[in-house]
Formats: sequence, structure tokens, C-alpha cells
Amino acid sequence: MVDAEPLVRVRGAAKAFGGVQALRDASLELFAGEVHALLGENGAGKSTLLKVLAGVHRTDSGEVTIGGGPFEQGSTRRSREQGVAVIYQEPSLFPDLSLAENVFIGRQPVTGRGAVDWARMRRAAAVLFGQLGVDLDPDRPARGLSIADQQIVEIAKALSTDARVIVMDEPTAALSASESERLLDVARRLRDGGAAVVFVSHRLDEVFALCDRLTVMRDGATVHTCPVAGTDAGEVVRWMVGRELTDLFPKTETTPGDVVLRVRGLTTDGVFDDVSFDVRAGEIVAFAGLVGSGRSEVVRAVFGIDRYDSGSVEVLGSPLPPADPRAALARGVALVPEDRRQQGLFMPASIARNTAVVVLSRLARRGVVRERAERELAAHWAQRLQLRHGGLDQPVERLSGGNQQKVVLAKWLATDPRLLVVDEPTRGIDVGTKAEVHRLLSEQAGQGLAVLMVSSELPEVLGMADRVLVMREGRLMATLDRAEATQERVMLAATGQASVAGEGSAA
Amino acid sequence: MNGGLRRVLAGREAPVAGALLVVLAVTTAVNPRFLSDQGRFDLLVAIAITGLMAVGQTFVLVMRHVDLSVGSVLGLSAFMAGSAVRGDTGGSLLVALLVGIVVGVVAGLVNGALVAFLRLPALVVTLGTLYVFQGVQALLTGGTRINADQLPTSVVSFGVTGFLGVPWLMWVCLLAAALGGVFLRTRRSGRDLYAVGSNPPAAELVGIPVARRTLLAYMVSGACAGGAGVLFLARFGGVDSNAGIGYELPVVAACVVGGVNIFGGSGTVLGALLGAMLLKTMGVSLSALSVPEFWQQAINGLLLLVAITADRIVLLRRERSARVEAARHRREQVDAGPALPTDGADRAGHDGVTTTEVVR
Repeated sequence: MVDAEPLVRVRGAAKAFGGVQALRDASLELFAGEVHALLGENGAGKSTLLKVLAGVHRTDSGEVTIGGGPFEQGSTRRSREQGVAVIYQEPSLFPDLSLAENVFIGRQPVTGRGAVDWARMRRAAAVLFGQLGVDLDPDRPARGLSIADQQIVEIAKALSTDARVIVMDEPTAALSASESERLLDVARRLRDGGAAVVFVSHRLDEVFALCDRLTVMRDGATVHTCPVAGTDAGEVVRWMVGRELTDLFPKTETTPGDVVLRVRGLTTDGVFDDVSFDVRAGEIVAFAGLVGSGRSEVVRAVFGIDRYDSGSVEVLGSPLPPADPRAALARGVALVPEDRRQQGLFMPASIARNTAVVVLSRLARRGVVRERAERELAAHWAQRLQLRHGGLDQPVERLSGGNQQKVVLAKWLATDPRLLVVDEPTRGIDVGTKAEVHRLLSEQAGQGLAVLMVSSELPEVLGMADRVLVMREGRLMATLDRAEATQERVMLAATGQASVAGEGSAA
Repeated sequence: MNGGLRRVLAGREAPVAGALLVVLAVTTAVNPRFLSDQGRFDLLVAIAITGLMAVGQTFVLVMRHVDLSVGSVLGLSAFMAGSAVRGDTGGSLLVALLVGIVVGVVAGLVNGALVAFLRLPALVVTLGTLYVFQGVQALLTGGTRINADQLPTSVVSFGVTGFLGVPWLMWVCLLAAALGGVFLRTRRSGRDLYAVGSNPPAAELVGIPVARRTLLAYMVSGACAGGAGVLFLARFGGVDSNAGIGYELPVVAACVVGGVNIFGGSGTVLGALLGAMLLKTMGVSLSALSVPEFWQQAINGLLLLVAITADRIVLLRRERSARVEAARHRREQVDAGPALPTDGADRAGHDGVTTTEVVR
């Protein structure tokens, strides 16, 4: 099945961005006719390595070869010409162009006189979609296509360029169970056609169902490569984390108090449907589910960023007006958004300024903000959150991701909220700081704060939450108590395999 | 063929053409002289200049950029072309056209380079060059003007004669529209412009030479504005330092009314040309109906608002229905569902993954 000579070989690759060493010693061997899993925690360097192959980044040192010769780096076009195609988790198609043109853009078939041959292009796209076993109209524009179908278009594009190496970066993260199954089938077809397929996924069951070999990365270096047969999930996870998964989640025991947030029948057509739940004081409630299951959208609607079509939201027993974030703030609801760089922080401004920005009016005297008050506030929170910084005047853009997240938390905790809504509280931050953020949230809940958290990291959900709400396809599939919530049950509900049980007991 | 017809009717151009016909019909009914030979000729001359600039503007707009300097380019080109042929005889029309177009291309290069290589926002760049080109023209003219008696007859008669009842100026506009339309529809590099405007980062990712295409689009817009300068020279038989001032917004408006998306990615030269026709015809017909000029402008503005509002509503409807449709589709798949793996289903059933709170 596997040739003796690897098609792609990466050896000792290193890459730094500013002061951050994204790759230290990455190695990877890909053979024609295999599906190769690339595994590792967030921040392990997988994406950077893939982007080297994609031609987006260039390594600082190390050797990359393809087909026995040197791989020319640093140009997406050259990467494609050398036979590498990358399918990103969220493909970027051209919404205004037809699917056929999306497949062939820049390489459209032309007539003898150099005009785009629309009929031939349409037929060729239809053939590719047929090979992939999907029913897509080549003439429809890409606007409004589901993510699963967008990926199929990207794969068709890869096929049309005769790609030898097809890289799929977390392709199933946002897909439903049946869509994922279809994608795995497509990956097998590509392998059987002789391509080397790189498959990045956090779902180990898929890795074991699909892949032939695997490579595990940690902290920018390759730590292990082996055939998939002969290893198991436990071993792979240990390679990935390099430690035992204990004590990561210091949980403060609490007794839930009054209902702080009551959501009933919340619906936005096509996004989420009939979502109802409560959050009590002192309780951490976590939304689990796959990316794209509608968790973040529910949270945004609750806080009033987005409108919803029907349903109701109550805070402390009285209704919260829809689509009015200021009202939510005034009632003691704080939202820590998912993308802190874009939505949570003023990057060039100081730690003090960022911490104080929401409570400015409280710090002001006769409309003038007192800088000393700002600094006192920031100092207080910096100490409570154990912020590591080089002075409160330091711009937050120079802090690490984890410490940036602490500043965002400080900013919202400074408003003295009754309900804290956190979307992906630890995305992209290192393990040590993660534990601190967890301890912090747990402590705040212990003091009577109601916490509603969205998280894609299952261990975090299971470790932190008093209750787990599992969403799938915009619907609430199960509500699990801390004692009942196991990795297996949550995943079953999230991927739809326990829909019968979830709905049966809800009725 | 049937499909082709359906596409034409479903396209963005059909309603504009329809509106144009209605305006023509109503005005002719009220004022029969409106479409007399002379009336028609004057109308087409008026359309030609805006139409030609709208053709060029389309190239820039589909890339999600804009060119506000076209009015100043027109003025500059008209003056330079006029100066080049002043006192000439003979084949000076071609010389004038060549000079005008070269001036436009150079201006387009300046705009394009600033937008493409320095990645400055097009709105600000071309607002800046609008004033810069105006300044250059003022510097060169020094307040002088070129009159009809200084121009060769070939240039002046070009502005007042025609072929098959259509003014020469309109033929120039139609030729440019045909070339531009064919390029955008059938050339790979033309398709690239739509891709860039539709999703700029993705265009970089698939290896489209975005900077070169940006440069190209601005050069085309500049060339069209430069050509329009020569049309201006011919039509008015001269040029002064006010030529072209305030022309840019009607051009952008014409494109938008004709369905060129101001956010890039879609729109055709044909649509832009129809938009220019509709706006100009409205203007002329409102004068023919003795509507005060103030109202003419307000009505043109209203037309613009109606066009973009309609586009927006259609887009939102489509996105929403696509979203709802996709959700329904996914749910059907899930509900019909692949057969549950028996062990999983058993476990879920017996252990009873229960909701701990009755949530409704």
C-alpha cells in the first residue's frame, strides 16, 4: 500500500513569528496512497506546518522536499503547481461566482480564441461533483452554500488540479454526523486514487476509522509518528498533552442560588430552534456541541447582539429587551466574546485603559476620567487574576494570549456582573494559563456569579460545568448534570447519535 | 436557448431596461418632440460621455474599489488633447483620442499603484487624486480656455455628426462597452476581477495576481475617462478649467443603478450602460416635462436609493432562504438519520441520557 520513498518529507522545520516559536523541530513524512493524521493540541504547530505546505508561510530553517526534490516555499500558487491542495475548515469561496467557476477560477477551460468556455467548465465541474458523489448544481452561486458543501467544492478544486497532496485542516469540525461520514468517504476515494491525504481532526474516533498513520505534534515539534493500527486513543492523548490529565480543573463546590438567567423557546429561523434553559447564581453552565451547532449564536442573541425571531430572555425574573446589549449590561450581564483580538480588546491601549473601559462612567468625576482611579482598578484586578505584565501602562498587544484573556475577564468582572457569559474562554492559550482561567471562573462562581460558558474543549466542559447543555444543528439535544456528564454522552448527543434519548427525556 | 432567455429576464439588467422603456414611453406620450431626430441625437450624445466613464468604472467597482477621480481625469484629458491638436488640420481627431487615452491611462496607473501596492483605501486615494489632477489641469491651463475656433474641424464635427442616426460619440461608447463587456465575461483575467471583489483574501489564496489586476482595472477606468475627455472636447467644441467637475458621482450612480454591486463581485458593463441611459434619460425627460432642475436631482437620488435598497432586500431574502433551506435539509438528514450504531443506541437508551431539568 505504501511506497518506500515518501512523497513529502519535512525535516527539522522551524518557524518563529515575532517572539513566538511556532515550529521548533517539526518533521512529517507523507506517502502516496495514505491518509495521514496530524494531531496535537491547539497551538501545537499543526496549522503553521500546514501553512508551510500551502505556501502561506516559509520555514526559517529545516528541509522540505516533495517527490524527492526541494519544495519551493512561500507562494500559494507555486504550492498548487507542485501538487499541494489545502482544504481549510472554513473554505473561502467566491460567493458571487458559480460553483463551476469557483472550482476553476484562474484555470477556466478556454476556447481556441481564449474565451472562457462556460459549457465545458460546467460539464467538467459536474463530472467532478459526480466523482465525489454529491449532487451540486455547477451553475448556482456559492453564496449560501453549507460549510460541508463548500468543502466539497474545495476538494473538487483540488481534484481538478491533479493534486498529489491534499491537506484537510479540521474538515469535520463544523459538520453534522452524516456530512462528516460523507467527507470521510471522499477522503478514502482520494487515497485510493493515489493521493497523500493529510487529515487534521480533534475527533480521535474519525482518526482511527479513517487514517493509516499518524503524527503527533506538541509545542512546535513532532513527538511521535506511527501506524494507527497498534495504538489507541489513550496513548495518543498522552503523546498530545505530554502529561496526565488530572488536576487541570480545580472546581469549587457551590450550592446554586436563585435563577439569574431564564431563556425560553429562543428561536432564530435556520440558526437555532426552541432553546430553553436556566442559569442559577453560583452555577457554571456550559454549552457543548460541535462548531457551528449554534452555541455562540444563542449566546449572542441572549446578550442582545443579534436579534431573535421568537422566545424570551429573563434576567433575575424580569424580561430583557431583545437586541439591546446596553440593557443587558445595565442588568448585570457581561459577555466575553470569542475573538478577543477583534471584539474584546483595544490592542494598542494600556492594560489599565482596557480594564477600565466599560466602567469609565463610574470612574469619572464631573465627566472627566481620573487616570489614578483607572490604575487603581487595574492594579486590583491584575493582582486578583495574577496577571503577568510589565507594568499597567504596557499595551495589551504585547501580552501573551492567556494574559490578554485575563485582561478581558478583568474588564468585565470590573462591571460587577451577576451573569458572566464567556465564549471559548481558553481558546489559543497555553495550558498553564488555562488552568488559571479555570480556577478564576470557578472562584467567581463560588462567590455567587452565574457563569454561562461556550466551549469546544470537552475536558474543559466536563471539568468546569455544573450542568452541560449539548447543542446540535441549532437544537438543544440534552441537559446533563455534572455527575451524568461523560465525554461519551456529550459526544453522542453532539453528533446526533443520542437524539432519541435526548428528546425522549425532554418531552 | 430557453435557459438563456430566462437568465436574461432573471438578471439585474432587465428591470433597468424596463424602467428605461417606461420613461421613454411616458415622456414621448406627453411631449412628442422628445424623441424627434434631433431630440434622440441630443439624448444619445448626453449619454455617451457618462456611459463611457461608467464602462470603466465598472471594472473598478467589481473589484470592490472605486474611482472618484474620473471627472478630473476627463478635464485634464480634454485640455491636453485640445492643446495637442490646437490649430492642426487633417488627422488630428486620432491624435486627440490617443493623447486623451494616454493621459487617462497614466492617471489610472497613479491611482492603481497607490491602491494596489501601498494598499491605501481606494475611496481616499481617488478622492485625493481628484483634487491633484484638477490642480495639475489648473497649473497647465493657467486659467485659459480652448475654444471651438482653435480646434480642427475634424474634432468639432465629430461631436455633432453621426452614423446610421447614432452620434459618433455614442459609437465610441458602444465600442468600449462591447470590448469591456466581452473582456469581463470571457477572459480569465476579466473573471479574476469578479473573484477579487467577491472575496479578496480568497483571491490571494488561489494565486490571482491581485495587484496586477487592480492596476489593470484602474488603467481601464482611466482610459475610459480620458477617452470621455476627448468626447467632451468634441461635444462642447472646447474646454475650460471647470470641465468634468462633479462628473464622478453620476458615473458611480449610473453603475449602481445598473446593478453593479458597490461591494464588488457582481455587475456587468451592459448594466452600467443601461444605468447611465436611465439616469440621463430621466434627466432629459424631466426637463422635457418642465420639472425644475432641483427636482431632477432629487429624483435621480431617489432612483439610486431605490436601486440599492432593492438589491439589498433581494440579497438578504436569498441568504435567509438559503440558510433556512440548508437547516431544513440538514435536519431531514438527521431525522431520517443514518442507522444508529446498535451499541451506541442501546447504551443511550438504557443508561438514559436524561435532561435533569424540564426545560419547557
